[in-house]
Amino acid sequence: MVAGSRPTSCRNYRCWIERLNHITESKTLKFALEKTTEDMEQQIIRETFHLVSKRDENVCNFLEGGLLIGGSDNKLIYRHYATLYFVFCVDSSESELGILDLIQVFVETLDKCFENVCELDLIFHVDKVHNILAEMVMGGMVLETNMNEIITQVDAQNKMEKSEEATLGMRVSFVTVYSIAR
Amino acid sequence: MALKIVKGSIDRMFDKNLQDLVRGIRNHKEDEAKYISTCIDEIKQELKQDNIAVKANAVCKLTYLQMLGYDVSWAAFNIVEVMSSSKFTYKRIGYLAASQCFHEGTDVIMLTTNQIRKDLSSPNQYDTGVALTGLSCFVTPDLARDLANDIMTLMSHTKPFIRKKAVLIMYKVFLKYPESLRPAFPRLKEKLEDPDPGVQSAAVNVICELARRNPKNYLSLAPLFFKLMTSSTNNWVLIKIIKLFGALTPLEPRLGKKLIEPLTNLIHSTSAMSLLYECVNTVIAVLISLSSGMPNHSASIQLCVQKLRILIEDSDQNLKYLGLLAMSKILKTHPKSVQSHKDLILQCLDDKDESIRLRALDLLYGMVSKKNLMEIVKKLMVHVDKAEGTTYRDELLTKIIDICSQSNYQYITNFEWYISILVELTRLEGTRHGHLIASQMLDVAIRVKAIRGFAVLQMATLLDNAHMLTGNTQRNGICEVLYAAAWICGEFSDHLEDPLQTLEAMLRPKVATLPGHIQAVYIQNAAKLFATVLRAQEGVPDSQKAQETSQLLIDRLPLFVQSANLEVQERASCVLQLVKYIQKLQQKEVAVAEEVSALFAGELNPVAPKAQKKVPIPEGLDLDAWINEPPSESESEDEKPRAVFSQEEPRHTRPRHTEVDEKELARRREARKQEQANNPFYIKASPSSQKVYPEVPGVEHIPVVQIDLSVPLKVPGMPMSDQYLKMEEERRQKEKEEKKKKEKKKKKEKRGRGRKHESGPESEEDITPAHTVDIVTEEMPENALPSDDDDKDPNDPHKALDIDLDNLVVGASRRPLADSEKLPVRTHRPTDILKSPVEGAELESVSQEPKKKSKKDKKEKKKDKERKKSKEEKKKKKHKQEGDDELEEASEEPVQAGENPVAAALPATAPAEGFNLDFWLSNVPVPSNKQEATVPVLPPALDAAQVSEPEEHKDMEPEETKFSKHKKKKQKKEKEDKKKKKRHHRHHSDEGGDESVQNGTVEEEEPLPPMSNYCLLAENSYIKMVYDIQGNLQDGSQVVVSVIFENKSTSFLKSMEFNVLDSLNSKLQRPDGAGPHDGLSVPFQLPPGVSNEARFVFSVQSIVMPQKLKGTLTFIVKSEESSTHEKLDFKLHFTCTSYLITTPCYSDAYAKLLESGDLKSSSVRLEGVSMSFHHLLARICFHHHFSVVERIDSCASLYSRSIQGHHVCLLVKTADQTVSIDAKCDEPSLLGNVLDEIKQTFSMC
Repeated sequence: MVAGSRPTSCRNYRCWIERLNHITESKTLKFALEKTTEDMEQQIIRETFHLVSKRDENVCNFLEGGLLIGGSDNKLIYRHYATLYFVFCVDSSESELGILDLIQVFVETLDKCFENVCELDLIFHVDKVHNILAEMVMGGMVLETNMNEIITQVDAQNKMEKSEEATLGMRVSFVTVYSIAR
Repeated sequence: MALKIVKGSIDRMFDKNLQDLVRGIRNHKEDEAKYISTCIDEIKQELKQDNIAVKANAVCKLTYLQMLGYDVSWAAFNIVEVMSSSKFTYKRIGYLAASQCFHEGTDVIMLTTNQIRKDLSSPNQYDTGVALTGLSCFVTPDLARDLANDIMTLMSHTKPFIRKKAVLIMYKVFLKYPESLRPAFPRLKEKLEDPDPGVQSAAVNVICELARRNPKNYLSLAPLFFKLMTSSTNNWVLIKIIKLFGALTPLEPRLGKKLIEPLTNLIHSTSAMSLLYECVNTVIAVLISLSSGMPNHSASIQLCVQKLRILIEDSDQNLKYLGLLAMSKILKTHPKSVQSHKDLILQCLDDKDESIRLRALDLLYGMVSKKNLMEIVKKLMVHVDKAEGTTYRDELLTKIIDICSQSNYQYITNFEWYISILVELTRLEGTRHGHLIASQMLDVAIRVKAIRGFAVLQMATLLDNAHMLTGNTQRNGICEVLYAAAWICGEFSDHLEDPLQTLEAMLRPKVATLPGHIQAVYIQNAAKLFATVLRAQEGVPDSQKAQETSQLLIDRLPLFVQSANLEVQERASCVLQLVKYIQKLQQKEVAVAEEVSALFAGELNPVAPKAQKKVPIPEGLDLDAWINEPPSESESEDEKPRAVFSQEEPRHTRPRHTEVDEKELARRREARKQEQANNPFYIKASPSSQKVYPEVPGVEHIPVVQIDLSVPLKVPGMPMSDQYLKMEEERRQKEKEEKKKKEKKKKKEKRGRGRKHESGPESEEDITPAHTVDIVTEEMPENALPSDDDDKDPNDPHKALDIDLDNLVVGASRRPLADSEKLPVRTHRPTDILKSPVEGAELESVSQEPKKKSKKDKKEKKKDKERKKSKEEKKKKKHKQEGDDELEEASEEPVQAGENPVAAALPATAPAEGFNLDFWLSNVPVPSNKQEATVPVLPPALDAAQVSEPEEHKDMEPEETKFSKHKKKKQKKEKEDKKKKKRHHRHHSDEGGDESVQNGTVEEEEPLPPMSNYCLLAENSYIKMVYDIQGNLQDGSQVVVSVIFENKSTSFLKSMEFNVLDSLNSKLQRPDGAGPHDGLSVPFQLPPGVSNEARFVFSVQSIVMPQKLKGTLTFIVKSEESSTHEKLDFKLHFTCTSYLITTPCYSDAYAKLLESGDLKSSSVRLEGVSMSFHHLLARICFHHHFSVVERIDSCASLYSRSIQGHHVCLLVKTADQTVSIDAKCDEPSLLGNVLDEIKQTFSMC
C-alpha cells in the first residue's frame, strides 16, 4: 500500500530533517511529508542511517535520491559532527551548498541555545530542538537563515514560557491542594 | 485511601516528564518495547485528567514516542485540547505534536479550524507564529480554504516575524487550495520588496517555488527579480533568484542575454562558493537556451568550464561533485568545451567516492566520439575488473552499453570490437544486467548485417563455453546472454563454421538447468540449426551422416519433453515429432532438407519498439465495441486464470515467429507468406517491398564486406577487445598516411592555392568505419501517430497552480476579481456587519496599487498556445462578468479616474523598467531627457509578437521576419538621415529592399518593398508626427499609440504636451492625479533635426468601429534669440485594423475554428491589383496584422485576432489582377470595417 502511493505523496515534501544517532539512540526528525505512516518514517530513517553511516569521512556530503526518499529529484545532504549526523533531504530547488551552510547555522544555533551543545542535550530536549528548527524551516521551506534572528525569536519564546511557568506553578499547587482536600 | 490514590497519581504526573521518559527508555534497552507500553498506559491515564498541565506533559511525551515510530493517532483529540490551551507553553506543545502526528486523513483536523483562526488573530505574535508553523505541516484543502483569507491578512502584519511566516505558508495554501493564488498574488508580489530581509526572502522563496513548476506564468516578474538580483546582498535570496532565472531563461532567450553580464560579474566577484556555483549553473542554462548568435558566447562557456574545473580539482569532495554535476549540463549543448577536460573526468573515475564516480560516468557518456570511444571503453573495462561492489559494477556495465549504443551506435566504427566487448562483459559474475547485454547482442546482430558472420562465430563460442556462464544458474543473470547467443546462432546459422558442433552444444544435458525461457529458445533454434545441417549434409553422398544428426536430436530431445516448463515441453515435443518424421523420410531416401529449411525461411526485420503503439486505428474501427454478443458473466470469469498464464513469461513475446503449431506448420507458412504480402509491417526479400520502404535497403543492397582477418578470430575462450583497439589505431594511422599522401599529391597538383588544413588534428569525419556497416533503421508503420507519450503525472498538485497571473496584475483595479475568485470569508463575525473583510482588503489593495503602477505595467507577451486558450476562456468569463460589473464600475469611475490611470505616457512614468517585458528585454536605451541621449529610438517592441516568437515565426511565414528586419533597417536608415540632416517625409526608402537581399532571407520570390505602418499624424514647419497603433493582447481594452516626433526646424523644441479630447469610447490614460482634460507631457526634448518616439496608452471599449480622436500638441520653439509657443492639431485615427494583433494560428486549429460555425462571413473583391500574390499577402499581413496560416499557390488563408479575442479569418484568392477575399469573423461589423480598410490599402497603391 505504501509503495504504490509513495511517489505521489513524496513529491510534495521539500525537506525533512533528521538527526541520526547511533541507531538505537534517539532521533529527532521532522517530516513534511504527506500521508507518511510511522512505519514508513522509521523505514526511511533506517535506510538513511544505513546509507549515511557507512560513508567514509572523506567523501562528498550528497547522496543521490533513492526510491525511498522520493526519486531522483531529491538528495540527501548531511553533515557529520562527532557522533551526530544531521541529514536534510531536499529537492532540486535548493542549493546544495546552501543547505550545507544551513546545517552549519542550525548546529551553531543549537550550540548557542544549549551553551556548548552535546549529544545528550539533544536527546533529552527534543522538544527544544524542534522549536529551534521551527524558526529555521517551516513546512519544508527555509524560513530564516540569520542565526541572530533565530536566536532572538527562540529566546523570546522561551522567556514567555518562563514567565508563564511562574503563574503555572501556583495553579498546579492549587490543584494539588484542591484534590487533596477532596 | 482516596488520598493515597490521588497522591500516587500526582507523583506519577510530576515524576515523569519528557526527560524522565527519555532516561527511562535509555535505561531499559533490553525491554524497551515493554517499558514504552507501560509508559503509554501511564500517558493514557494522564490524558484522562482534567489538568491541562498534565495533559500537555503527556502530549509532549507522545510526540517523542511518535518520533520513535509509535502510532499515537489515538490521542489526536487530546492534542487538539492542548493546542487550544490559552497558555503559550501548552499551545506550543500542542502544535508541535499536531505537526508531527496530523496528516490529511486525521479527522479531528476539522475541529481545529476555529481554534487556529483564533490563534492567528491573537494579539500575541508568538501564538500566531506557533499556529502558522504548525499549520504549515498539516494544512488540508479545507483548512486552506477556510483560513486563506486570515493568512492573507497576516501577510501585512506589522511584525516581520509574522509576515515572513504568513508569506511562506501561502505556498502550502496554494498547493491545497489553488483558487487562492490569484487573489493572493498581488500581495505576495508586494512582499518581494518588503523592507525586512526575512520577509523578502520568504516571498522570493514562495514565488521561486511556484515558478519552478509553471515558469511561464512568472516571466513578467523577471524585471523585478532582475532588480532584486542586482541590488540584494543576501546570498540566500540571490541563490533563489538565480535558480529561478535558470528556470525562466528557456522560455525567453532574450532574458538570458540580459542576464549574462550581471551573472558573469557575480561569478568574478563573489567569494561564496554556493553563489558561484548557482551562477555558473544559470549561465549554463542561459547558454543552452540561446541557440546561437551570442557574440561572447564562447567566452562565457569558457568561463564556466574554467570555474567548474577549479571546483572539480578542489580537494573538497562536495565541490568536486557539484562541479561534475554542472559539467554534465554543459555537455549537452557544448560537448566540445567539456571534451578538453577528459583527463580530469577520467581521473575522477578513480575517486574513492562512489557518488563522484557515478557523476564522472555520466559525463563520459557525452564525451565519447568516434575517435576516443575505444579508448574510453577500455578504461571503463579496467574499472569493471577493479570494481568491488556489484552495484557500481552494474552501473559501469550499463554505462558502457549506453555509451556504445547511444544515438544508434553513432560512435562505433568497428562492430567486431563492440561484439568482443559484449562477450567480455559476459564474464562478469553476479550482474543483474545479463538481459541488457543480450538485447545488445541481438540488436547488433540483427541490424548490422555485415557483422553477422563474426557475431555468429562469437556466439557459437559462447554456447560452446556455456558452462563458464552458468556456474551458478539461479541467481546469475548473465545466463540471459545465452538466450541471445542461441537465437543468433540459430537464426543466422548460415554463417556457422561447424553448425553440427553448435547443434551439439545446444542440446547438452546441462542446458536443462537453464531458465525455461532460455531453454525454449535453445530448442527452437536447435531446430533451425538442424535444418542448416541437413542442407549441408544432403549434398554429401553419405546419407548416413544426415541420419546421425537426426538421431542426435531424437536422443537428446526427450530430456526437454519432460521439462516442467510448459513452453519448453511443448516446443520440444513438436520438434521431436518433426525430427522423427524427417528421419522416416530420410530412411526412404527422400530429400527433405529443402522443405525443412523452408520452415525457417524469410528475413526478420527489426521493428521500432513503439511501432505497434503508433499504428493508427483505421477509420470506423471501434476497438471498444463488442464484435460478438458480450459473453455471459460466467464466461468472463473463466477467462481470468488464462491471463495469469500469459503474464507468466513476458519474454516469450520476442521470438514470436516460433510460436507455431507443428502440425499445421507448413500450411501456415504458406498462409503467413500470403498475409505478409499484404501486411505493410513485414519486409520480405522481394523487390516489391522496397517500393514501400525505400529507406530500408534490401538484403541484396547491403555490401557484405569480406572481413580481412589478420587476427585469428577463434581465440579459445574469449576474444580480447584490446586487439581491436590496437588494430583500429593502426588502421587509422594507415588511413591518415594515405590521406596525407593523397593530399600531398593534390598539393603538388595545385600548389598555387595552398590548402592548409591537412596538418590539423584528426576530425570526427576523417574517421571512417572499419568496414562499411549498414545499420538498419528500425521500422515504423507508415503514417505513424505523433508521439502521444504523456509523462505528466495527473496527480501533480502543481498542475492546479498553473494559473495566469498577468491579467490579474495588470488589470487588478480595473477588473476586480470575480466573485467566485474571492477568498471565502466567515460572515458571522460581529465586526463584519458594516462591510465584509474582503471589501476592506480590496480597498486596501486598491489603495496600494497605484504605487505599484510601474510594476503592473510589465506585461508578458509570451503567447503559447495553452495560454491563449486560458486567456480566451478568461475573456469569455470577463464578458459574462461585464454585465454584473458595469454598475459597479460606473460608480467607481470617478474614483478610478483620479487614482488609477495606468501609466499614460509610458517612457515618462516607467523609464527605468520599461513599458513591458518586451520593452525591458529589448536592450534599447531608454529615452531620457538629456540632450545627448536623443538618439532616435524606434519601437523595437512594437511588433512584440513578431520579435518575441522567433521560432514560431520561422515556420509561419518568412515575410514577417523580414518585416522586423525592415524595421531595424529603418532605424538605421533614420540615424543616417539624421546625420545627413535630410528631411524625409517617409521613414523608409527604396533601398531597403536591396538590403534585405543582402541579409539572405529572401527566397526566390521578388524582394518586398519596404513597408511601414507609421502614417502621418500632423505636420507643420516645426514638427512632424507619425504614428502607429498597436493592440495590447494582455488587456482587451488597451491600445498603444506610438508617435514619432521629428523636429524639422533648426530650433530646439521643448515642453511638448500631448492631449486628446476623449470620446465616450476611447480615453487617453493619464497619470495619477491628472484631470480628464489635462495633456501629457512628452518625456523628451528635441534638438534640431532629431526625432524620438513616445507612447501613449488609450483605453477603448468597443472595437468594432473605427474612430477618430481630435487632439493637440503644444510645444515651445526655442531659438537663439526667442522662444515661441506653438501648437499643432491632429486627428488620431483608430482603424479597426489597429485592434488586431498578429497571432499565429495552426492550420488544424484554424480548420476547427472555421468548422465551428460561430463565425459570420463576408467577402470583398479587389480589381486591378497588379502586385504579385506574395507581395499582396505580405501587405495584408503587415498592414493589417494578419499571419498566414497556409498558402497553396495563389490561395492563402490568414488569421488574426482582435485585442478582445475576436477571430478574424481570411481566405485570399487571386486570379488575373482580381483578388477575392472571403472573410469570417465572430463580429460582423468589425469584419466589415477591416475589409474596408484592406480595400483602402490596395486602392492607394
